[in-house]
Amino acid sequence: MASIQITEATKSYGNTAVLHGIDLNIQDGEFIVLVGPSGCGKSTLLRMIAGLEEVTSGSISINERIINDLPPRDRDIAMVFQSYALYPHMSVEENISYAMTLRKSPKEKIASAVNGVSSILGLNGLLERRPKALSGGQRQRVAMGRAIVRDPQAFLFDEPLSNLDARLREQMRSEIRKLHRKLNATSIYVTHDQIEAMTMADRIVAMHDGYIQQVGTPLEIYDKPANVFVASFIGSPAMNFIKGTASASGDGYHLQTDQGHQIILPESSGLKDRMDVILGVRPEHLMIVEEGPASLPATVDLIEPMGLSTLVHVRVGQDSLKIFTLDRPDIAEGTQVHVSYIKEKLHMFDARTEMRLESPV
Amino acid sequence: MAYYAKSKGQRVVDWSVHYGLLACYLFFALFPLFWLFKVAVTPTKLLYSEGIRMWPSEMTWTNFTQVMTDTDFPQFFINSAIVSGSTAFISTLIAAAAGYSFSRFHYRGKAVIIVLMLITQMFPLVMLIAPIFRILTPLGLTDSLLGLVVVYTAFNVPFATFLMQSFFDGIPKDLEEAAMIDGNTRFGALVKIIFPLTLPGIAATLGFVFTAAWSELLFALMLVSSPDAVTFPVGLLTFVSKFSVDFGQMMAAGFLALIPAAIFFFLIQRYLVQGLTAGAVKG
Repeated sequence: MASIQITEATKSYGNTAVLHGIDLNIQDGEFIVLVGPSGCGKSTLLRMIAGLEEVTSGSISINERIINDLPPRDRDIAMVFQSYALYPHMSVEENISYAMTLRKSPKEKIASAVNGVSSILGLNGLLERRPKALSGGQRQRVAMGRAIVRDPQAFLFDEPLSNLDARLREQMRSEIRKLHRKLNATSIYVTHDQIEAMTMADRIVAMHDGYIQQVGTPLEIYDKPANVFVASFIGSPAMNFIKGTASASGDGYHLQTDQGHQIILPESSGLKDRMDVILGVRPEHLMIVEEGPASLPATVDLIEPMGLSTLVHVRVGQDSLKIFTLDRPDIAEGTQVHVSYIKEKLHMFDARTEMRLESPV
Repeated sequence: MAYYAKSKGQRVVDWSVHYGLLACYLFFALFPLFWLFKVAVTPTKLLYSEGIRMWPSEMTWTNFTQVMTDTDFPQFFINSAIVSGSTAFISTLIAAAAGYSFSRFHYRGKAVIIVLMLITQMFPLVMLIAPIFRILTPLGLTDSLLGLVVVYTAFNVPFATFLMQSFFDGIPKDLEEAAMIDGNTRFGALVKIIFPLTLPGIAATLGFVFTAAWSELLFALMLVSSPDAVTFPVGLLTFVSKFSVDFGQMMAAGFLALIPAAIFFFLIQRYLVQGLTAGAVKG
């Protein structure tokens, strides 16, 4: 198994820079998820680690050995592609054993490795079939099998579940996680799906516009997003944002919103009087209440019942907010309500830099 | 859905139009072949005396035996086979390499090369005969099969390249990347993974170039004069003399000339119709 170090890595196509000075240390056996919207550079970074894209500057090392100039075949890594990339003219068995055959492993060793992998992944009855005779889920398993059988230094996954339906995706998500626990192999997993990132990662690397925005455990990222981008990208339903100006009042600060409301802010060393602030509040930290001193008047726009929970869309002035509740509120669309918030759970960002203003919580 | 909603009468009309059009096309395409064969098996004495009939009252194979024994046609066939086979092989090889590079790599000047190749396809060949002759003469390539192969290859490579490129474009890049991660070099991935999947494309390209070279007349007529290097389309003209045309033998020779092309397509048709990439990626 392996640790992977990425130091000051950049990637440009001509004059277009797509990755800017990426620094990342991946521990041996860690499951890292690169997450971000399309075009953020996460797949490019993965392909650079695989050797499918050149590193423009900086370095990538596996076990402290720089591999920038090694061809993919000499890096001892396995990759699962979004499209699965199974060889259509080969049977499942040939697909899985191809890498070992190329390395001229003894036949008995190949056979036992293929058997082992196919029983782990439940492919035993399918070994003779061609990929076209398999369902999407089965193809996905074959692609996994092809990666596992080699016992590589590291696994790379490029959005491997995005072609599956929701139920299968959920199932494969936990299977990949279990498999990782069993093999304990260093894994780098690329996805744009923040739920996959949250549920699978030991650490998440949130990326945007070719920069790493934040690296941390799923809960660190969820509870303390480093900037507005991470706050808005991680979490479903997404975080609500309210713009306003901080103004000192007594011991602390409150936010004078652009809509003319006042919201009491938690303590933060970064706050200054008359500072433009973006306030973030997760839907589960808002609630519908009776009118009170810290409540905001709102109009109910839409109610989305989801069985387990309900998502209430309200409008406070011009700001649209989402409220997540496990109750089934007895209100109709269009009614006037009051909304309150958990002060300690508010996130504050400097409106100019969009960076987090630390609070003691 | 709409299909099932149609009434029975409407379906019969649809069916009739569909197959009626196909039948018209088949008749148009195949009737000349039938006429070729019919004239080839008609004895010369009946050719002008019986008038226009769908089948002669008497049949003969004499025209065929005469073509094979009394004329230079066996030599012409061999020449045509050498020229067409070599052209098809060399053109497809070059086109496959060029098509792969166009499909997979980004490099400076690629667009210029593609435009230049397109431009070569824009001129009527007649315009180029004199300059080609002028180029080939000092090289000693006129009146030789090699000269024909060179010229045919030059003219077929651009189109064949675009054809091959479209086949490579249809094969996902992921496949060779997966093979490279599995332990292949790029060339190894090309040979072991991409090549087997491109067989239908290679077959189509071979077939296209082979038939183009097999039936080419203009250059063969202009560049070749000695019987040793005459190809069959030029040979056909030997049946036209100043005072008469020997239609029977000409048609028999023409019919015989179809056979190699037919055999060639029979051999490659398996690859032409195969959809090998099905199931490679999600589908």
